[in-house]
Amino acid sequence: MVADVLRLRLTLLVNGFRRSAWQTVGFLVAAVYVLVLVGLAVAGTAALGVGEPATARDAVVVGGALLVVGWWLLPLLFFGQDQTLDPQHFVLFGIPARRLATALVVAAFVGVGGTALVLLSAGSSLAWVRSPALVPVALVGGALGALVCVVGSRALTAGLAPVLEGRRVRELTSVAALVVAVVAWFAFVRLTSGDVGLSPQGLRDGAASVAHVAAWTPLGAPWALAGDVADRAWAALLVRLTITGATLALCGWWWSRALAAAMVTPARSVEGSRQEGLGWFGRLPASPTGAVAARTATYWLRDPRYAGSLAIVPLMPVVLVVVSGGDLHAPVLLLAAPLVAVLFGYSVSNDLAYDHTAFALHVAVGVSGRADRWGRCLPALVLSLPVVLVFAVASVALTGRWDLLPAVLGLALGSLGVALGVSGVVSALYLYPVPKPGESPFKQPQGSVTASLVGQSIAMLAVFVLGLPTLVLAVLTLALGNDVLGWATLAVGLAVGGVALVLGMRRGGAIYDRRAPELLQQVLSYR
Amino acid sequence: MSVPPAEPPTEHGSEAAPDPATPHDPAAPPGLATPGVADARTPPALAVRGLWKSFGSTVAVRGISLDVPRGSFYGVVGPNGAGKTTTLSMATGLLRPDAGSVHVGGRDLWADPDAVKRTVGVLPDGVRLFDRLTGAQLITYTGLLRGMDRDTVADRTQDLLAALDLVGDAGRLVVDYSAGMTKKVALACALIHAPALLVLDEPFEAVDPVSAANIREILAAFVRTGGTVIVSSHVMDLVQRMCDHVAVVSDGMVLAAGTVDEVRAGRSLEDRFVDLVGGRRGTEGLSWLRTS
Repeated sequence: MVADVLRLRLTLLVNGFRRSAWQTVGFLVAAVYVLVLVGLAVAGTAALGVGEPATARDAVVVGGALLVVGWWLLPLLFFGQDQTLDPQHFVLFGIPARRLATALVVAAFVGVGGTALVLLSAGSSLAWVRSPALVPVALVGGALGALVCVVGSRALTAGLAPVLEGRRVRELTSVAALVVAVVAWFAFVRLTSGDVGLSPQGLRDGAASVAHVAAWTPLGAPWALAGDVADRAWAALLVRLTITGATLALCGWWWSRALAAAMVTPARSVEGSRQEGLGWFGRLPASPTGAVAARTATYWLRDPRYAGSLAIVPLMPVVLVVVSGGDLHAPVLLLAAPLVAVLFGYSVSNDLAYDHTAFALHVAVGVSGRADRWGRCLPALVLSLPVVLVFAVASVALTGRWDLLPAVLGLALGSLGVALGVSGVVSALYLYPVPKPGESPFKQPQGSVTASLVGQSIAMLAVFVLGLPTLVLAVLTLALGNDVLGWATLAVGLAVGGVALVLGMRRGGAIYDRRAPELLQQVLSYR
Repeated sequence: MSVPPAEPPTEHGSEAAPDPATPHDPAAPPGLATPGVADARTPPALAVRGLWKSFGSTVAVRGISLDVPRGSFYGVVGPNGAGKTTTLSMATGLLRPDAGSVHVGGRDLWADPDAVKRTVGVLPDGVRLFDRLTGAQLITYTGLLRGMDRDTVADRTQDLLAALDLVGDAGRLVVDYSAGMTKKVALACALIHAPALLVLDEPFEAVDPVSAANIREILAAFVRTGGTVIVSSHVMDLVQRMCDHVAVVSDGMVLAAGTVDEVRAGRSLEDRFVDLVGGRRGTEGLSWLRTS
């Protein structure tokens, strides 16, 4: 049974490569990326193990605990479980839940994520290079830790699956993930702007105190086993082994129970929300453009994928605070509004792929490129304007540079127009797969990573080139402190942005008119 | 066959005479005047000539030609993977053919797609709908996309919801609809602009018998008043009862086409279909499947 499922997992992986070259390239890029990260982590552990064994010991416990938390929660919040071996596929075969569970655990170690987990767990033993006798003990601890990751994650997902299956709940978790991101941002700003010193000694003490607590929880216990052996603290070792064993047993039991229940409960649909009346369709003009705009506006509100594409917006200030080194008065913070503007404008650059095959309606009806382009662009414009203005004013207020307000506004509004215009053209030329309607907004379709990177780079380059004149003027304003230059930036930004927007819509519309059936074929191939 | 007395031969001549340009109409597809295919004066609702489409190394449609007479209820039948959906996609402007032409009411579809699409209603198979809209919103959206005014759209949306028994679900999101309800709301979208030609790919799949009877009645009334309907289906029995014309498609080619009576040649359509398509095996296989 285990061998069969393992073979199935490998066959599915290999067959994935046969479907498209992009998928293979994407897989290789992802694999190299993950392996480099894992290599860095393992090398760091080994270096720490040689130089500071005491710190290495704490670092492994903290890192291991974080690994477990991440392995448990990230699939729930962001990625969703890998569906290639969905237990629902096995419903008709009558396999005892316990055997199926074992097979699925083993199969979970196949693939990029599983391999990374194995390497990280094994690598954690390198913290003990100075006392080689303890490395085997650490290896056992690492293996137990990896098992806790996989079994715990499966138990959590399977246990919560009936709840998470409802569409509304799935959308709520996406929103919850956004809230977590925002809270993390506030915590980060507090930390970096406050007087909390992040000295090496402070880090060491922090790690030690966190490790001390974490080591008594299921998250950290397996990673602390080698330390107990080193201390000859046999009682502690026994307790931690019990904690780990009990966690595994409990999660395993819970999971096989949930699995057994899933085997006899077919996927069910939940009564969704109702809406009487026509919503935006009753409010916007009764024309094809107005209809597309109403539909787009409805989707911005109802489809979490759109909100997901903007998940980075609240995090943008964090990135800039990091760049400025925690200095809230640094001029680099003034980039917040222009960057948010680019993100907003850019968020519609793959709009057709978001429609997925529902786009067939536009082709069957023969919607004109003009109506399609403007209808998709206008809601994004109306939604982003207030946000961009708020970011512009807030960043100016925070840095105390009111004299730069015209320049910031010029750069921000110019970037918005340019990004929307470029999006209008790019989304008629270059599509890449995105999560399907109803899927988690953070779930990237297999093999799309590389394709989307290429498309995004081209679009970003175009936005940058077109935005360059305004950017140069804005930088000059900052450097020379000249008010006239600031107003000139505003004028040039508005002009360039406006022209880019109109031309982008026109050009994109013409391309759309010519290529609509081909665009439909492209989204049809994403099934 | 003799000319029916009710239609004196002079009438034909008198109508054709004032308009001598008609036979040379550049918009008319070639081969239109083929005897027994269509009347040369009124172009067929849909005329397809030499359609050809390949995906990579797979040839899905290899030279399909069809004439769908105005006012006919036309069935397209064929085994799985015969190229039905590909053909209908090319005939409705969803898929650009590698070669061949499509004329709707005498006008070249691929020369001016947006204008010709205004006269066609399409129910595509295997595509999603904008399913985050409610049923009423989706039908309204389609009507507005067609450029109709708000009041007409609102009236027709209510009529369609009532006719398709969706009034109670008008305010629910389409994503929460059952498969049959989704088909019905997609059919409503195809009907809202009162097209001259309806192309429905698998319209009865997953639709319950009562709704299917309602839909058949709507379509029959549409045909009686001069509309033309093309349906693709697997269900021979349904096609035999419902359609007056049928084309049997297999392996990307038309095996037989004409009136249902011509094609079935005195036998049941199903028997004739199996005959034409082939592939029936004897029953001696799978001996281990017998329970006794």
